[in-house]
Amino acid sequence: MAFEPREDQKELKYDELRIYSDEELNNYTEEELKNFKTKHDTPMCDDLESGPWPSFVADAKREALHRKNLPADRMMIKSEVVEDTLGQLEDSFVDGETHWKHGGIVGVFGYGGGVIGRYSDLPEKYPSIAHFHTMRVNQPASKFYSSDYLRSICDLWEYRGSGMMNFHGSTGDIIFLGTFTEQLEPIFYELGHVLQQDLGGSGSNLRTPSCCIGKARCEWACIDTQDLCYEMTHYYQDELHRPAFPYKFKFKFDGCPNCCVASIARADMSFIGTWRDDIRIDQDAVQAYIKGEVEPNGGAHKGKDWGKFDIQKEVIDLCPTKCMWMEDGKLMIDNKECTRCMHCINVMPRALRPGTDTGVSILLGAKAPILEGAQMGVLTIPFMKCVPPYDSIKENVIEPIWDWWMEEGKNRERLGELIQRQGIKKLLEVLNIPAMPQMVREPRSNPYIFWKEEDVPGGFKRDIDDFRTRHAR
Amino acid sequence: MALSQERMGLFNPDKPMENRITDLGPRHFWQYFPPIIQNNYGKWKYHEILEPGVLVHVSETGDKVFTVRCGGSRLMTAEHVREICDIADKHCDGFVRFTTRNNIEFMVDSQDKMEALKKDLAGRKHVSGSYKFPLGGTGAGVTNIIHTQGYIHCHTPATDASSMVKAVMDDLFEYFQGMTLPAQVRVSMACCLNMCGAVHCSDIALLGYHRKPPLVDHEVLDNVCEIPLVIAACPTAAISPTKTEDGKKSVKIKAERCMFCGNCYTMCMAVPLTDKEGDCVTIMAGGKVSNRISPPKFSKVVVPAVPNNFPRYPEVCRDVRKIIEAYAADANKYERIGDWADRIGWEKFFEKCDLPFSDHLIDDYRLQYDTYRTSSQFKFTDAAWEVSRAVGGID
Repeated sequence: MAFEPREDQKELKYDELRIYSDEELNNYTEEELKNFKTKHDTPMCDDLESGPWPSFVADAKREALHRKNLPADRMMIKSEVVEDTLGQLEDSFVDGETHWKHGGIVGVFGYGGGVIGRYSDLPEKYPSIAHFHTMRVNQPASKFYSSDYLRSICDLWEYRGSGMMNFHGSTGDIIFLGTFTEQLEPIFYELGHVLQQDLGGSGSNLRTPSCCIGKARCEWACIDTQDLCYEMTHYYQDELHRPAFPYKFKFKFDGCPNCCVASIARADMSFIGTWRDDIRIDQDAVQAYIKGEVEPNGGAHKGKDWGKFDIQKEVIDLCPTKCMWMEDGKLMIDNKECTRCMHCINVMPRALRPGTDTGVSILLGAKAPILEGAQMGVLTIPFMKCVPPYDSIKENVIEPIWDWWMEEGKNRERLGELIQRQGIKKLLEVLNIPAMPQMVREPRSNPYIFWKEEDVPGGFKRDIDDFRTRHAR
Repeated sequence: MALSQERMGLFNPDKPMENRITDLGPRHFWQYFPPIIQNNYGKWKYHEILEPGVLVHVSETGDKVFTVRCGGSRLMTAEHVREICDIADKHCDGFVRFTTRNNIEFMVDSQDKMEALKKDLAGRKHVSGSYKFPLGGTGAGVTNIIHTQGYIHCHTPATDASSMVKAVMDDLFEYFQGMTLPAQVRVSMACCLNMCGAVHCSDIALLGYHRKPPLVDHEVLDNVCEIPLVIAACPTAAISPTKTEDGKKSVKIKAERCMFCGNCYTMCMAVPLTDKEGDCVTIMAGGKVSNRISPPKFSKVVVPAVPNNFPRYPEVCRDVRKIIEAYAADANKYERIGDWADRIGWEKFFEKCDLPFSDHLIDDYRLQYDTYRTSSQFKFTDAAWEVSRAVGGID
């Protein structure tokens, strides 16, 4: 792996990009912050400052004070935006109801996603959040950053927006929370022209893909999740920015069956790294675990005394396919029976490693409950080599699925719902693949098979008169 | 080129398509990897959790990277992110990473640097006392709660998100900083059924839920919504067309058919559901996404409704704690909450967690039959004796 961007990456140096001076950035003392009273009385918000967990209210207050001490012309929206947000939050607690209006169609020219319009229903009381639009900024794969990048983002967003963000939204983007309509285009221009950075997806688009940490810092990554995520995000930019789908569509890339980005629960198309050869075994390390020289499960259980490690009880007996045993002091695995659940590898990471003939399993149709109930991905493609530029994945899996879904999907119908409505049989036709028992937990228990005419000898055309020659009415 | 400071920056409102750059995508990830990550990409051999919040990954090259993981509030200001940058500059050559669950990870290449980093992080507190960067979130404990926007930004929530997460994490802090549980516990929070956070496969899911049918704003409905779309949005056919007394086209709602999903409100602003007394928190348990040992599982509804008691949600904290403590006391090593409940039987789950069972918890939507117990195998609990008593089968 190397640094192979699709286009040259401008080096971002904060000192060349910055908006605020050091004096402006350090414009209040701790004493001032302790005594700082925000514009609105917010006793319930204030209650959330105590307790050990990081307080978003305490954090918001320092942003509020920092903005208050900046000259008004050093921010393109009003300085009280954070204080008004806390004020409206307090009102929402009191009223037990949100104070954000429904909808609001705003965006940047040419894109159908990336900006979510939001307006307060208390604009007189909280004028600085009368508009409170969100922008989604497409995060780099697996969310590593340089401080130069982050500081530049902070200056941009404090200057042209609220200074409040999510690191990160549920789908994966950096979320800019709260700005006015006027600033949407200027922010988009700064992102694109200065920071070489694009918006993410929203609406009936490809949503911003995301991936686990992968090969960057995990010994179990069977696929290069970052590269795959980067490539698919760039290759499908049109689908990401311009709504052409019946509803949202999510890609997520997990490097192994531990599923750290939960692709199997939330991605219409879930990619899970796996292998088809044998688990690698270091028998000396197995002995080290048995002798108690190495803590099991990477030390994940060291907060409690669970007793001496017992390989029989903790690994062999818990194996879901019972394909492991000890023989002459050696750990044996019947790999053709293994379903690659990762348990033994998780428990003994120094002794066991995934195989080296790796690829990806693809599961389709996961989604949250709206509307037909929650679904998890159905195993559709058991194994596929996963090699850049991933043409077979694009041409033989992604694009036929999208063509089908765009043709047949109803408004706001997710892929998983279409699969249920038209059946896996239809999905097989779309992908031009045969059926396999791995697609189901068990075969159907009703015999209501939708036989096709061509599957039945003689077809469906019959003659009632001929029938009657054999059977009186 | 510096970031611009003119009001409209590089954008010319008179010529909006001029110099427009689109479809750039995200920046390339490689440039944000510290050297230790670049040099060992794909070469990692194994890892170990040294203590809660501290991991070491060892490479085939012999290199080690030490990671210090800290909890983060997903709502972060520029001030906070700048402080993260200060720490990254001081200890980590200017690099930092965020996890899928809103934790912050600082990485260094030696034990000494790791110790200095830990000390620095542990000492940073907000003026009002909460930690800015609590270490933890590793191994067999409770890691950060992923969540949605709630009252901070959303138009459909049935509760708030940031405040509930703060309250619950304050309460579960010992489990964030400890690794005493049988396995990891993933808690997730979504403020309505749209589940932007996709919480439906979590060990514990906290879900805001509406409980009153939509109001109908007859005055504007026909002007602001497509009536056929509103009707079609309802999965239970509870919405039908009507005319008001003064002849306006609108819709009416059959309350007994409403399951309060809010899909109609997503389609139409004139049918709001939110209501102070109606909105509540539903608690689900036993889901997971990992394929480890057992297949991924959906979370099941175990508490139908507790009130939205802002800002600290004592009833939510109480019931979450009940589940975690019963699980901690009773589950086997490596067993997730759902695996534990499956082994002991859900009737025992309710008994051990001291949670009441009610008809709300029995599925009556599509595919409900999938959850019926069609076996004579069950365990006796008080809930079972009550049924026996009700039919006069026992005294």
